[in-house]
This record gives sequence, structure tokens and C-alpha cells, in this order.
Amino acid sequence: MSQPEQRDEVEMLSLMLLIRRFEERASQQYQAQKIGGFCHLYIGQEAVVCGTVAAVRPDDYLITAYRDHAHALARGTSANACMAELFGKATGCSRGLGGSMHYFDREHHMYGGHAIVAAHVPLAVGMAFASKYRNEDRVTLCFFGDGAINQGSFHEALNLAALYKLPVVFICENNLFAMGTSVERSTSLKEIVDRAEGYDIPGTVIDGMNFREVRNKLAEIVSSIRGDPHPAFAEVRTYRYRGHSMSDPASYRTKEQLEKYRLDDPITRLRAQLTREEKLTNERFDQMDKEAKETALASVKFAEESPDPPLENLYDYTYVGT
Amino acid sequence: MREITYRQALNEALAEELERDPNVFLMGEEVAEYNGAYKVSQGLLERFGAKRIIDTPISENGFAGMGVGAAMVGLRPIIEFMTFSFSFVAFDQVVNNAPNMLTMSGGQFNIPITFRGPNGPAHQLGATHSHATECLYANVPGLKICTPATPRDAKGLLKTAIRDNNPVLVLEVELLYSSKGMVEEEDVELLIPLGEAEVKREGSDVTIICYAQTVPLALAAAKTLENEEEISAEVLDLRSIKPLDLDAILNSVSKTHRVVIVEQDRPFCGVGAEVSYRIQKEMFDGLDAPILRVAQEDVPMPYNERLEKAVLPSAEKLIAAVKKVCYA
Ligand SMILES: Cc1ncc(C[n+]2csc(CCOP(=O)(O)OP(=O)(O)O)c2C)c(N)n1
Ligand SMILES: [Mg+2]
Repeated sequence: MSQPEQRDEVEMLSLMLLIRRFEERASQQYQAQKIGGFCHLYIGQEAVVCGTVAAVRPDDYLITAYRDHAHALARGTSANACMAELFGKATGCSRGLGGSMHYFDREHHMYGGHAIVAAHVPLAVGMAFASKYRNEDRVTLCFFGDGAINQGSFHEALNLAALYKLPVVFICENNLFAMGTSVERSTSLKEIVDRAEGYDIPGTVIDGMNFREVRNKLAEIVSSIRGDPHPAFAEVRTYRYRGHSMSDPASYRTKEQLEKYRLDDPITRLRAQLTREEKLTNERFDQMDKEAKETALASVKFAEESPDPPLENLYDYTYVGT
Repeated sequence: MREITYRQALNEALAEELERDPNVFLMGEEVAEYNGAYKVSQGLLERFGAKRIIDTPISENGFAGMGVGAAMVGLRPIIEFMTFSFSFVAFDQVVNNAPNMLTMSGGQFNIPITFRGPNGPAHQLGATHSHATECLYANVPGLKICTPATPRDAKGLLKTAIRDNNPVLVLEVELLYSSKGMVEEEDVELLIPLGEAEVKREGSDVTIICYAQTVPLALAAAKTLENEEEISAEVLDLRSIKPLDLDAILNSVSKTHRVVIVEQDRPFCGVGAEVSYRIQKEMFDGLDAPILRVAQEDVPMPYNERLEKAVLPSAEKLIAAVKKVCYA
């Protein structure tokens, strides 16, 4: 099993590029009405999930909310399966039945894709319970937004995890907004990380625009949990460049704020770090970017050519056989 | 009369009731500064201020419960769910607290609260975001439920709901927010009583019973039936699910003797099941054919567009059912 140190940073940068290019294509296909329903883009936040997967084992459980394309891609779900899901095709990671908000991939330990805000946080605690129950040293990684921390299920889940000492990392992707509501307007605490203290869970603040910081801090947290199961909380500060969903013009925030974060772009930043250290040439970067664009484009073709899920299977996934 | 959108009709109803009664306030996610996720509360913050138009965190159980508590001590809350699919997070408040309080307190505490927002499948929103909740809530004694399909009904029913002294659910239709229709001038007080169905189209051969998003569907099907099959369909819009206007239903059926119910929820224990029970109980001998229902398929909603279409009621399915009861 690949250990964190072994995940090559250049490889992780190319994963971040793939995610970025995939979502740019998705956005374009959405506008061309090839994709229906709601579609939430992760552009700007790539370092959060990429830094996390670089710090954990592939068999650790991962679960997230509806802004989930990157989480599946980072876990190893193919761009083809991800794009096909957006197109609602039978070759999609959820067979075209889930859509953008409901990506699942059991093989890659991606447990969703959950569209009811905070409803999946207790599920993460249940998954952590199961691994402790079976004496496994897996850790559960539970991603959610800043908007999720005011739901009852979030609070109940944190208390349960602390009470039963379960191996779960609560990863709050604080991108400052829940739809049009800023954190100051939704949350009585100044610092989200302080939520953890109330449940006696250790909390860490992480710069989510910095891949290395995310990876290093997550690696520390996860290794402390492996031998001694307990919950941990990470507030990862990040930013989404696009609106909440494809239909949101994001007029509730300033251009200056957006520009500030764009200048701190996680891809640009990791690229600069690697270039400075002479681990990456411009040619190599351009090559990786070209490949990412090609993979994204090829996924559109794959999705277009894939079949719809068969009508006669409509009832196949309501119950399984007894 | 003038033509306005369903969205604007709801907006007028909110504004008029906020204006009329200082105890009325509107609370929910993104209702104030964002002007509502679907822009139903456009301009209300500016007009009535942050005291009465209140943005909440994503805490449905919390703010729905606040509404019930505020209602116990004399306020008249309007609680917006961004969609009724999210009302499940607040199920305990809507099902256990709001409608039970009057009985539990031996008549001391009534709960004059309005829960409102879009309900039912929209377009490709997937299983978690496509719930038609009317049949779940209709099962709860103490709740009233209305389902406007036109701008006029939206305005008149919402105003009545806000004035009602009981918990009322106003189940709106996302896909109809931009649809237009004729509504009385703004200076006319438009109140439509709960529990009054309306014949949206007269006919003599068959009664199509519908509500909410199945109303435009039924009207379209009725037109086709007239033109292509020479079947004259009466379209009866329930407008309220609870109380149910049984008189209007029986009136129409005693004329046509044939019934198809087209509903936006699932068939099992759905609205149509109750309606057909009532009809057969009252006028078994007056029916010339078994009552048919057109509802969703009994599956979680798939995302894929073609499958979603196969799950939903449609004009084609409705026409087929009508022809069946007419033996045409
Ligand atoms: C229970 C529930 N309420 C409301 C919504 C509608 N909604 C979807 S996303 C969202 C904002 C969530 O923001 P946040 O948790 O910060 O995540 P982000 O979108 O920033 O990734 C809202 C209100 C929902 N999906 N579920
Ligand atoms: Mg957020």
C-alpha cells in the first residue's frame, strides 16, 4: 500500500490539474445543456482533497457532500466515469442514477456524494465505528462545508465520535460561504475550529490553498489516529472561484476577494514550489497540463458515446435480493 | 385583472400579509439578502427590514422549531424551506410539534404557522432533492396542506394560509415559479379558502383530478383528448389536499362517471389512493369504470433524464389512462 511520503508531488500536481481541467469541461458541457440538475464546482479548492489523499491510504474511507467531483477523481475514479455520471450515462460512477451531487465508487473507497447538508456526517461516524469494531486501522475522512456546522446532525455526530473514540477526521472545507451566506452571518463562533473544542476533539487550522500544508498536517493527524482511535477536526481555509452552483452569479462577494484568492491559487503555488526546488520544469508542467486537458476532453467524448441506463432496469436498484 | 408570474404572486401575498400584521415574519435560508433561492422573497428585506425577513444558518430543525415556539406565544411565522426535500431535516417539528400541540395541551396552544417552499420533482435533481411530500404530510392530523398551480391560487392560498390559526403547508412548484396567469389587481384582497377545489376546465366524459404540477399537464392532456379523441375531459384542481373538497369531486364525478387521478407523488399510500377510496365509498354505483391513477413510479428518483421522465406522470400516460376508463 502506498504510504503518504511515496506520493510524488509532481504526480499530485498533475492530479490537481486534471481536476481543474475536468471541471472546466464540465462547466462548458453544463452550459451546453449536456448536464442537468445542480452542478457545484470545486475550482480553487483542489489542494484540500489532493493534500488529504496524499496523506492517507487508498483504503481509508472517504465521504463528502455534493461538491464531490474532485473527491472521486482524487480517489482514483476515472475522468470517464465522472463525466459519464454528469451526462447521466450507464457508464457513470453511479450508473447515471446519481448525478453530480451523488458520486459513489466503492472500489476506490469513495462513499458519496451526499446532497443534504450535513446528513453524511453521522454516516462517517458509523463508518469509523465499523472499522474500530473490526479492529482495522482505517481512518474515515469526512469532508463538509462551513455551512454544515450548524446542522443538528453535525453536532450529534461529533459528540458520538468523541464519546466512542472513533477514528474519523472531520474536514471542514471553509470556503467562507454557504451559498450566499458568509460564515460571519451563519455561525456564532469566530473560528470554526472552536466547534471541536466543545466536544473535546483536537482541532487544527490549515491553509487550504497550500497543498503541502494540507498534506503534512493531515499526515500528522492521521498517524496519531491509526494507533489510537479518536476523532480529530481540521478547519481547512479555502475558496471557491465559481458561484455556489452553475446558476449562482455570486454577487454577494467582492471582486477583490476573489482576486486575492486567485493570486494564491493552489496549483500555481505548488508549481512554483516545485519549480524553485528544481523538481519541475516548465516543459513538464505544460506537458501535464496538456494531458489533463486531453483526458478531460476525452471524457466528454466517452460520456457522449455511452448509453443511457436501460429503462427496463428502472426497478433494479430499489431493493436488492433477499 | 393583470398577468403576473407565480413567483410574483407569492411575493405579493407575503408582502401584503407582512404589511397587514406586525406579528408575521419570514424566516429561512437565503430569504433576505439573497432574495430567496428562487427569488420569491425579492425585495422583502429592503421593504420590511432584517427584523422581519430573517436569514438563517442551514439549521432546518432549529428554525422550524423556533417558528413553532414563536407561534405558541403569539407570533405568526412563515417558515421557508428552500425545498420541501429539506423539510425532512425538520420532520420532528413539522410532524410532531406543530400539529400535536393543540391536542396535547387540551386546546390551550394552537400553532398559527405557515411552512412554505417548492415541493415535488423539478428537473434532474436526483433522489435526495426530488421529493413530493404531500402524501407524507397529509397523513398527519392537525396539518393543512395546499398545492397552488396558478399565480392566482398561489396568491390567494398563501394569504389564507398565513391567516389560518393552524399549521398550514403551502407546497409550491419550482417549475411553475416563472409561469404566468391572470390575478386580481393589487388593491383587491384575494383570499382563496383552504379546502376548495376548482374546475379548471369543464368537460362531460371523464374527470381528471389533479393538483400542483399535474394541473398544467392535465390541461394539456384534456386539449389533446378533445382534439384527437373527441373525449371531453373535466379538469378538477384540488388546490388543497387537506382539507379535501369531497363535494367538488363528487359533483364532477356524478356528471362524468369516470375518473383518472394524476398526482405528482408516489402511488403507494399517495393522495390518489385516498381520493379514490372516498369516491368509491360515496358513489360506487355512479362509476362506469374503475378509477385509475397516474403517479410516479415507486422508485427513488433517478438522475438520468430519460429515466426521470419514465418515473414521472406525463400527458401521454394520462391520455392512455383516460382512454382506458373511457374504453376508447
Ligand atoms: C438540509 C439542506 N438544506 C439546504 C440545502 C441547500 N444547500 C445546498 S448547498 C448549501 C450551502 C452549503 O454550504 P457549505 O456547507 O459551506 O458548502 P459549500 O457549498 O461551500 O461547498 C445549501 C444551503 C441542502 N442541500 N440541504
Ligand atoms: Mg462553504
